[in-house]
Amino acid sequence: MARSPVAIISRTPANLAGALVLALTLGTLIAVAIRAEVGTGLSAADWAAIQFTMSQALVSALVSVLLAIPVARALARRSFWGRGALITLLGAPFILPVIVAVLGLLAVFGRGGILNDAFGSIGLPEVSIYGFHGVVLAHVFFNLPLATRFLLQGWLAIPAERFRLAASLNAPVGRLLEWPMLRAVVPGTFLVIFLICLTSFAVALTLGGGPKATTVELAIFQAIRFDFDLGRAALLACVQFVICAIAAVVAWKVTAVDGFGAGLDRVVQRWDGSKVWDFTWITAAALFLIVPLSMVVIKGIPGLFDLPPSVFAAAIRSIGVALVSAILCVGMALALALHGGRMVAIIGVLPLAASGLVVGTGLFLIVFPFVRPSDLALPVTALVNATLALPFALRSLSPAIDSVVADYGRLADQLGLTGWTRLRLLILPRIRRPMGFALGLAAALSMGDLGVIALFADQSGATLPLAMYRLMGAYQLEAAAGAGLLLVALSLLLFWICDRGGRVNADV
Amino acid sequence: MLKTTYLTAVAGLCVATVATAEVPKLTVLTYDSFTTEWGPGPAIEAAFEETCACDLEFVGAGDGAALLARLQLEGLRTEADIVLGLDTNLTAAARETGLFAPHGIEAELTLPLGWTDTEFLPYDWSYFAFVGNEGAEAPTSLQALADSDIKIVIQDPRSSTPGLGLLLWVKDVYGDDAPQFWADLADNIITVTPGWSEAYGLFIDGEADAVLSYTTSPAYHLIAEDDASKVAWAFDDGHYMQVEVAGKVAGTNVPEIADQFLAFMVSDGFQSIIPTTNWMYPAATPADGLPEGFDTLVVPELSLLKTPEDALAIRDEALAEWREALSQ
Repeated sequence: MARSPVAIISRTPANLAGALVLALTLGTLIAVAIRAEVGTGLSAADWAAIQFTMSQALVSALVSVLLAIPVARALARRSFWGRGALITLLGAPFILPVIVAVLGLLAVFGRGGILNDAFGSIGLPEVSIYGFHGVVLAHVFFNLPLATRFLLQGWLAIPAERFRLAASLNAPVGRLLEWPMLRAVVPGTFLVIFLICLTSFAVALTLGGGPKATTVELAIFQAIRFDFDLGRAALLACVQFVICAIAAVVAWKVTAVDGFGAGLDRVVQRWDGSKVWDFTWITAAALFLIVPLSMVVIKGIPGLFDLPPSVFAAAIRSIGVALVSAILCVGMALALALHGGRMVAIIGVLPLAASGLVVGTGLFLIVFPFVRPSDLALPVTALVNATLALPFALRSLSPAIDSVVADYGRLADQLGLTGWTRLRLLILPRIRRPMGFALGLAAALSMGDLGVIALFADQSGATLPLAMYRLMGAYQLEAAAGAGLLLVALSLLLFWICDRGGRVNADV
Repeated sequence: MLKTTYLTAVAGLCVATVATAEVPKLTVLTYDSFTTEWGPGPAIEAAFEETCACDLEFVGAGDGAALLARLQLEGLRTEADIVLGLDTNLTAAARETGLFAPHGIEAELTLPLGWTDTEFLPYDWSYFAFVGNEGAEAPTSLQALADSDIKIVIQDPRSSTPGLGLLLWVKDVYGDDAPQFWADLADNIITVTPGWSEAYGLFIDGEADAVLSYTTSPAYHLIAEDDASKVAWAFDDGHYMQVEVAGKVAGTNVPEIADQFLAFMVSDGFQSIIPTTNWMYPAATPADGLPEGFDTLVVPELSLLKTPEDALAIRDEALAEWREALSQ
């Protein structure tokens, strides 16, 4: 067992990052709770919301992960023209602003969508997307790509030499290599997706078809906006954290650590599996993701050419925020991942369970007595977005750093590589791929986020998603679709540049 | 030589900065869509600044309900001098904050109903209505809609002011029979969206036959897009109104300018901007009348509106009925 890197790299950055996450998640919750007057406790409707939230999140996460396994495996063992582009595109649904994605999905699965048109033309009855299955469908659309990316990384982390060995011994790859890898990667991936779905609000309501699809996040929204009952909002936010804690403990209990050891970074060559099945999985997943995305593009093109200048100003602001936020996020993730340990694992999932509205309201309450919230809109947005993207960055960096330390830690110790030199010469070069992915994901997530900015920004400080919503609110639906397309294109471009940067000179 | 010029220029700049800083600033807290370049904000800012020797600043905060929550969060420390954009379903809760002062304005308003509120002054209004496509089946009452196969999108009353408006509309028409009406309507509702924008977007995309919006919504399509294909349905039951109001914050440090703004708000300079930017009726019809196109809009025979206090009092019960009936 290699020594932990803790002794060798300073703890201060990790402590700072950890403190920041705690302040933004639990700190803002406390700020809201303190400001609360008499709370009314949880109503029967709140309990129904908790129940609905849990069940849709469980099913959504389960379906996303189960489908991601064959897709990721197919992508891992096949190479074909356009594979790189497809993997980049896999990042797209996850970073789409909710309303853009919902309109894209409805263009395919809605009442007037492609699917029902096709069904109608061959005399089949109309299918409705609205209901529990609609919520799950949308969540799978958002999260299947993310699950696939995480699992794909797991597959690619198995050294090529192990596959060669297995092939030459005619040993079962599935049982010896893939199953242990899945045991290590699947529980964490499931947890992340479960938590993302847990805090869903607009998707669940819009596709759920009515108030029976009320989530905890919507109940929080109601408590703050409709009843101004901050006590109940804080209580509901606590419920979200408790569910998060239970889910996290369960996920950790079933996680097994893998130990494949170091490889020579060769391209994985595979001899097993059915080509036909693999390409069926890849095609099905690609169609499911790309058709709604294409609808977003088709709808957006007419509006793209008469976008007002303010939208471009907002786009530039968004790019700035996204870049700052991505660097902050990956810096924090690096510090935390180098530190390692259970506490870091907890901090790594906490932001996922935080209610966006409670974080925003809490920050507003903290900041408001001292400064005008609109003066801080962009820095606060960058900071909050960095924190919200942290779980994804950590999930990507942590395993990579752990295996570098396990494989080369002793050698580095013997050579006396410590501190910055150790980071620069050993760790950073070996985690380039996950780091590029994490940077890209954090940047893209920040581009599409609408959480905190809406509470802080005034008309001159809007980011692109906010500008898009404002266009919609002013009947400018075509321009809004154009802005949505611009947003998707810019997010993907940022993601692609970072992700590509991480893979330059790499074989895969 | 060069240096001196430079220094003089800097000194000049400093004086200029001081001079602008002395212009008093009026902060108006309002909803987002009021302040965008398509909204009334920019034109109103320019028009008012011509007369007031002040700097008018709009601060946008989400929608009407978000506006109230923002004010409740800010409390006594608020920097806002005027809050503009609450509707009468929210004013009772706003009044309870104790943050508002009487507006003291006597204006000739052209609302369909008399106006007596001493703290909140209306600047525009419209009727809630379902908006559908010209030539398609158009029901003539709430019940006819519920009995039809027409598919509609509505907004959630917990997160949107039109959603809350429909809730009170139904309660006003049906009283204790509201739960039965919601049960009848349930199979017409495709889905419930968090806000107006999402619902309207679904309707424009053809996902629904009609959407809960305003009788004045077709004016946008007619005037801005030259498209007469959208119509609002007139219902025999009468239509619930949305009256949007502004109020003066008691703790303002520029009370005279705030008063001046409220007076300006019900004058032609402000009111003539409203119809084609906010797509609502002005609260006091300007001398030149309404823009061409507004004459084509349906005008309900009966205007419904609960007092702010009644609206607040029945809200929770009406919401429970709505949720219960639509959760089946």
